Amino acid sequence: MVDNRPWLTWLTHGVLILGVIILAFPIYVAFVASTHELDVLLRSPMPLVPGGSLVKNYTHALTQGAKAVGAPVWMMMANSLIMAVGIAVGKIAISLLAAFAIVYFQFRFRMVFFWMIFITLMLPVEVRILPTYKVVADLGMLDTYPGLIIPLIASATATFMFRQVFLAVPDELAEAARIDGAGPMRFFWDILVPLSRTNIAALFVILFIYGWVQYLWPLLITTDESMYTILIGINRMLAVGDAQAEWQIIMATTMLAMVPPVAIVVVMQRLFVKGLVETEK
Amino acid sequence: MEKRVVFRHPVLPFLLVAPQIAITLIFFMWPASQALYQSVLREDAFGLNTEFVWLENFGDLFRDPQYLNSLHVTAVFSISVAVSALAVALYLAVQADRVIHGATAYKTLLIWPYAVAPAVAGVLWLFLFNPNLGIIVYALNTLGYRWNHALDGEQAMALVIISAAWKQISYNFLFFLAGMQAIPKSLIEAAAIDGAGPARRFWTIVFPLLTPTTFFLIVINVVYAFFDTFGIIHQVTEGGPAGATNILVYKVYHDGFLGLDLGGSAAQSVVLMTIVIALTVVQFRYIERKVHY
Repeated sequence: MVDNRPWLTWLTHGVLILGVIILAFPIYVAFVASTHELDVLLRSPMPLVPGGSLVKNYTHALTQGAKAVGAPVWMMMANSLIMAVGIAVGKIAISLLAAFAIVYFQFRFRMVFFWMIFITLMLPVEVRILPTYKVVADLGMLDTYPGLIIPLIASATATFMFRQVFLAVPDELAEAARIDGAGPMRFFWDILVPLSRTNIAALFVILFIYGWVQYLWPLLITTDESMYTILIGINRMLAVGDAQAEWQIIMATTMLAMVPPVAIVVVMQRLFVKGLVETEK
Repeated sequence: MEKRVVFRHPVLPFLLVAPQIAITLIFFMWPASQALYQSVLREDAFGLNTEFVWLENFGDLFRDPQYLNSLHVTAVFSISVAVSALAVALYLAVQADRVIHGATAYKTLLIWPYAVAPAVAGVLWLFLFNPNLGIIVYALNTLGYRWNHALDGEQAMALVIISAAWKQISYNFLFFLAGMQAIPKSLIEAAAIDGAGPARRFWTIVFPLLTPTTFFLIVINVVYAFFDTFGIIHQVTEGGPAGATNILVYKVYHDGFLGLDLGGSAAQSVVLMTIVIALTVVQFRYIERKVHY
């Protein structure tokens, strides 16, 4: 603050605290709901302080899940984790390779490949739902991990980001490597990848969240309950209707669905912000 | 920009781009071309005969009152989400930029909703506004206001807008705050010495200098409202009641995947593709200019 206005300082803190409270309120209510028995929640108004069934509800959700879905939540969390890590690692791996080829090699159709990768930006899964589903079905990839992961791992943003990173690497390094007799792959592994370490970490944070929050794609291609991701599981638990919904279990599952990505944002805040800003360049 | 030092190899570069290109071809280009192709075909009810119908599917689409309704709903929804998420985020960012003590703590406490999935944001607000047990509905009832978003289209729209905007605030907040922190302090100080108060300083210096960030965020927010809110609509309203929240992305899913109308759904896909391409072009043209900022 450039000038001293005590009342404004108080107002500023007041507004920020109010903002934090409003943003956190839905989560707080969900947490409270996940610590009560169902009959307590159904008595309107529901309490606004946590109850005593926290351990019971979460254990029940993790080991058995809701009646409506025949898979426990730990299994859905494992599916979500496999999908999120698979997408993040897959996107990073194929984008590193593609960016390396585009920056460090002269070859035919280089620009054609570059534009093909660019065009994927314009084709989110939402605009080609049916034909993509058909391709995956024809390949026998419905209800499989590769089916959940592979169609989502083409990435123009990651390729562009690594391209920028590689372009900033001094030419002398490539020259020195060549004089020392290192081939292109040796140069890639021993110099480029270590130099891009923080970018890779930042991107991993963003892409893990991207993978974890995927909803439409798993909704389309998973029909087997043991392949549900946690977000699809929540949807199926809600689908039984208000009269049957086990809200205490649904809210516990919702809390569990938020823990991994939110923890990553809070714990790795610096990498997260770096990744967010870089991928939007 | 090109490298002076390049490697030469007859096959290696092709092997390196192969995974990315293969996935692009199989899961992006081919399905997109199929959507284009099917959008000019019509299949009879038994799937026996397929007929080439030029642009008739598109004509039907833009004469269909349900599709026109969906266009209207999408416009209302995305403008409301973008405006409310941007306004709240800007206001919070202005406050956070002023704070000297505890700035990092506020930042941490305000950015985490970014990591909440849209589908989960929908469930959280659905629970608060559940007509039978929602705590906010209880509060509204005691104030004499009836809430049932399963019956009232406007309330349903309000609920999905709140859920979608709530999740997007933290993203906008981060970019606004970064934009403000990039403004040289000397400009603000000079204005303060000349006697400009905080409001005057904001509207004459900070806000104009934030224009590039604002434009960028408008595009990002519109893209978010168009495409990433599918989970919210699917969890909270399923497009209802009576199509009141049936945004384009939900409609293409519903008609194609549940209604199995191939030609119509493909035509809708093509319209959506055109929208994405337009938005991407705007975004990239704008980013060229950001460099001069």
